[in-house]
Amino acid sequence: MGKDTIVRVMVAKPGLDGHDRGAKVIARALRDAGMEVIYTGLRQTPEQIVTAALQEDVDALLLSILSGAHNHLFPRITQLLREKGGENILVMGGGVIPQDDIPGLKQAGIREVFGPGTSTEVIVNFVKENVT
Amino acid sequence: MTIIEGVLRGNVRDIARLITIVENELPEATAAMQSIFSHTGTAYTIGFTGPPGAGKSTLVDKITLQLCRQGKKIGIVAIDPSSPFSGGALLGDRIRMRDIITEQEVFIRSVSTRGSMGGLSRAAGDIAKILDAAGKDVVIIETVGVGQDEVDIFKTADTSVLVLMPGAGDDIQSIKAGIMEIADIFVVNKADREGADGLITSIRQMLDLNTAPGPWRPPIIKTSATQNEGIEELLKAVQEHREFLTISGSLAARRKERLRTEIIRLVERRVSRLVQSQIKQNGRFEKLVEKVAAREEDPYSCVERIVKPLEQK
Repeated sequence: MGKDTIVRVMVAKPGLDGHDRGAKVIARALRDAGMEVIYTGLRQTPEQIVTAALQEDVDALLLSILSGAHNHLFPRITQLLREKGGENILVMGGGVIPQDDIPGLKQAGIREVFGPGTSTEVIVNFVKENVT
Repeated sequence: MTIIEGVLRGNVRDIARLITIVENELPEATAAMQSIFSHTGTAYTIGFTGPPGAGKSTLVDKITLQLCRQGKKIGIVAIDPSSPFSGGALLGDRIRMRDIITEQEVFIRSVSTRGSMGGLSRAAGDIAKILDAAGKDVVIIETVGVGQDEVDIFKTADTSVLVLMPGAGDDIQSIKAGIMEIADIFVVNKADREGADGLITSIRQMLDLNTAPGPWRPPIIKTSATQNEGIEELLKAVQEHREFLTISGSLAARRKERLRTEIIRLVERRVSRLVQSQIKQNGRFEKLVEKVAAREEDPYSCVERIVKPLEQK
């Protein structure tokens, strides 16, 4: 990535839970780290998220979920991204996700999963180090 | 150059990628815009501007949905401010554009001002051109929330819509001089709220007081975007303005004027970059700044020293 290129990140809320305080805190931290953050609002379908990520040409996609539907929604999103030419986008997940589910999600293309209590600094640094 | 072919065919990935290239002024940007230019000029550009929270994004959402139903292909450039401190931005216009995000023929791009004043970003005009070349029938540009003086949208859009809302009574006084003069259409949104009729009256009075009225008198449209009210009327007003511009020949004149401004702007940018790269060589510039700061030299002589050699080249 060129030094003048600004990193673009999308923060998205797939599924039906209505809690986005965490997503907003992370969006704000990424903004303060000099990134352009696109926030799409609550209750997005995988199709909506993927369409938006492709149009916005984001480098990274952060999915926040608290409803427990991550095992269904996250792999669906990574699959759609692969189908539509977005396989280079760095996809991460966050929210309430049991430890046991993490290996499966990583297998499905989620590069990292951030649980409750993760500092925003860790997430910001992960994005910085892993976008290409 | 396959990315250009992709853009011309309307391929989403290629359109998105080219916008990124242009926004970041990557080396291939100029050549790409050169190949695209001959394919532009067919889309009609509508600008939406107005103070923060007036309902611009929601209106754009509703209008776009209507246009989609008419079979139109729409491109949207939605601009939000960048942080003066970090350079980052939180782009949230999509939150209000829920009705249209899954429409096949709609392409939305969220853009940060990246420090530009004037309500748009530097690349906004080029992004509109890319969407035009990609076959969109209508390109909608939504400015950042504006105050008084951000009139760049007028230089970029064919029809400029100024969205206002009741309850900001004194605002209308304060914005009389700048932005109130550029609107082709006034929208009083949130018209279900108290004060809408008063706002309409004061806009009308302002228009009546115009001592040099042009042939187009901007209509005032009442809308309530979240209730989907007044959307048809607003679209009709845009259509009427478009017909007026076309028949009167003003559309061609406006577009030509716009290109004139754009060429000058591009020249200025190129020259400014050239100057900056020259003066920042060898830390010479920093030494000059030190001298001025120490009051050994004044800024004006400093400028002379920098510009004189360049003029002689």
